[in-house]
Amino acid sequence: MAIQRPAGEFDFSYAYDMATIRRRWQWVMLLLFLAGLYTLPLYASRSVVSLVNRIGISIIAVQGLNLLTGYTGQISIGQAAFMTAGGYISALLVNNLGWPFPAALPVAALGAGLVGLIFGLPSLRVKGFYLTMATLAAQFIIPWFTRQAFPEVLNGAQGLNVNVPVIFGIEFNEPGKYIYLTLTTLIITTVIAHNISRSRLGRAFVAIRDNDLAAELLGVNLFKYKLQAFFLAAVYAGVAGSLMAHHLRHINSETFNLVDSVLLLGMLVVGGLGTNLGAIVGAIVVEFIIEGATLSAPFFVELFPATAAGMIQALRPLFFGVTLMLFLIFEPRGLAHRWQLFKAAWRLRPFSH
Amino acid sequence: MKNDIVHLDVQDISLSFGGTQALLNVGLDVYQGEILAIIGPNGAGKTSTLNCISGFYRADRGDIFFEGQDITRTPTHKIAEFGIARTFQNIALYTGLSTLDNLMAARHVHMKSGMLGCMLYWGFAHRENIEHRHVVEEIIDFLEIEHIRKAVVGALPHGLRKRVELGRALALEPKLLLLDEPMTGMNLEEKEDMARFILDIHELQNTTIVLIEHDMGLVMDIADRISVLDFGRKIAEGTPEEIRDNPAVIQAYLGQEY
Ligand SMILES: Nc1ncnc2c1ncn2[C@@H]1O[C@H](COP(=O)(O)OP(=O)(O)OP(=O)(O)O)[C@@H](O)[C@H]1O
Ligand SMILES: [Mg+2]
Repeated sequence: MAIQRPAGEFDFSYAYDMATIRRRWQWVMLLLFLAGLYTLPLYASRSVVSLVNRIGISIIAVQGLNLLTGYTGQISIGQAAFMTAGGYISALLVNNLGWPFPAALPVAALGAGLVGLIFGLPSLRVKGFYLTMATLAAQFIIPWFTRQAFPEVLNGAQGLNVNVPVIFGIEFNEPGKYIYLTLTTLIITTVIAHNISRSRLGRAFVAIRDNDLAAELLGVNLFKYKLQAFFLAAVYAGVAGSLMAHHLRHINSETFNLVDSVLLLGMLVVGGLGTNLGAIVGAIVVEFIIEGATLSAPFFVELFPATAAGMIQALRPLFFGVTLMLFLIFEPRGLAHRWQLFKAAWRLRPFSH
Repeated sequence: MKNDIVHLDVQDISLSFGGTQALLNVGLDVYQGEILAIIGPNGAGKTSTLNCISGFYRADRGDIFFEGQDITRTPTHKIAEFGIARTFQNIALYTGLSTLDNLMAARHVHMKSGMLGCMLYWGFAHRENIEHRHVVEEIIDFLEIEHIRKAVVGALPHGLRKRVELGRALALEPKLLLLDEPMTGMNLEEKEDMARFILDIHELQNTTIVLIEHDMGLVMDIADRISVLDFGRKIAEGTPEEIRDNPAVIQAYLGQEY
């Protein structure tokens, strides 16, 4: 049943159909947007640049979680633990072994990935709720390890001071500079996440999520692909952890904690599980809301007696919790889904439905 | 078409769940290129038989050979590599994916890109996507589901989902196709379409087909041979004419008020 068509014609049309960006104006928009981001330190305040930097790092961690939880359907509340692993490995490589940061980052990512693999092993036997508990175990074991093991290297609960990255003599010692590391890494992680989602690996992930029995009968080795998802999620976490540790210039067992794991999962829910756009949008929205808690603290201090710092501590989880509740009630499939609906409606304009 | 080579050889398999004996010494010879229908009242063990063949259940006793190879204890995910594909009684599609991606996902065993290749994408993984898209598009054309190519399957009506599921099984390019009640819940027109597709697959690809179906009229029309199960046992086997007049079969069905 071979198709009799002029050679090349079909290739062209399928490649075109599969392309992510089809119109020239879309490329222009994208490049303008990136240019806007890269020149941010020139026109935005230090606090805005700092916020964008933090958002960028969060997006990377959420992208990894999205591969595991969004695409493969394995709910994880251990993503921050793998950030801890990545952060420590990177810090040790740069501080103790004198590695350049661009070499330490990918190795730290791989190291975190291997740790992720170990905590993915229970997926051979258990799934659903029980597997989630295994990821929770990571959240306890890894920080415990950093506090207790090799105190002469890891420095116990005190943690480590982490060197500023130096590349070609440039010290990335303030948000206005650091943002270039974050943005560049973010572009790479975004492209890779997108590539995974549109190829054999991504389809195997979603097959496991949507119907693991059918996936197995159709030839997907469940254990192998679940492990790959755990590995990749932890690699992304490792990248984010490394970036954050060198940005904060300090890391200890509490730098990335259970609350962060829950926050990352919340970002994914708000943005939309199983979409690349959702991982990005979710991280942005939740970070903005948390920032909103900080900014609105003085206002609330007027109303209720408290210190400003105490108020921020109180408002952040509250703002996050309320946001998550509202999304679960009104937009359970996340913002990315709403965007899809909007695009579909726009294409059909002026005739809706 | 049908010839004398035994393609699938199920040798006296038994299977029980706690107290229920789902299958007791069920044996089947499925010949290369034939359509074998399995019929029987509810709970007779039809689905269990398919589950054992496709590696989803493990028979307690007995062996299963496909093309002369023992597949009784083959890991479930390896069964597909032998060229055995199936559909499910209660549709088991990847609900969040489009029709196209459901079929593309079923190309898994035929594709080769590994983790690194998929991450980098450009080059091999991209070419592979396009290559396999051709195969999948042919199936989409064949099943006349072009109009729902990009539709998320979870939202499709029952009849179309059944058809997409058949498409997904075909995307595996199976040598043996196991169909568990492919026409249930369909209206007459949809059933006729489905019957036509099954006959066409059989004719064009010479695929061996094992089919479970309750609609007697259809079974009599399209099956080369019929096996009848009742309470986990095979009670009869033969051509549609032989089965129609078999007293044990009539008894089994009358008992169930068919
Ligand atoms: N996973 C299971 N756990 C327990 N019992 C099972 C399981 N699967 C099947 N059974 C039992 O095995 C017997 C055969 O079931 P099976 O699904 O094979 O019947 P069937 O012939 O396909 O029936 P139907 O026409 O209703 O689909 C039934 O008594 C059923 O309850
Ligand atoms: Mg059944």
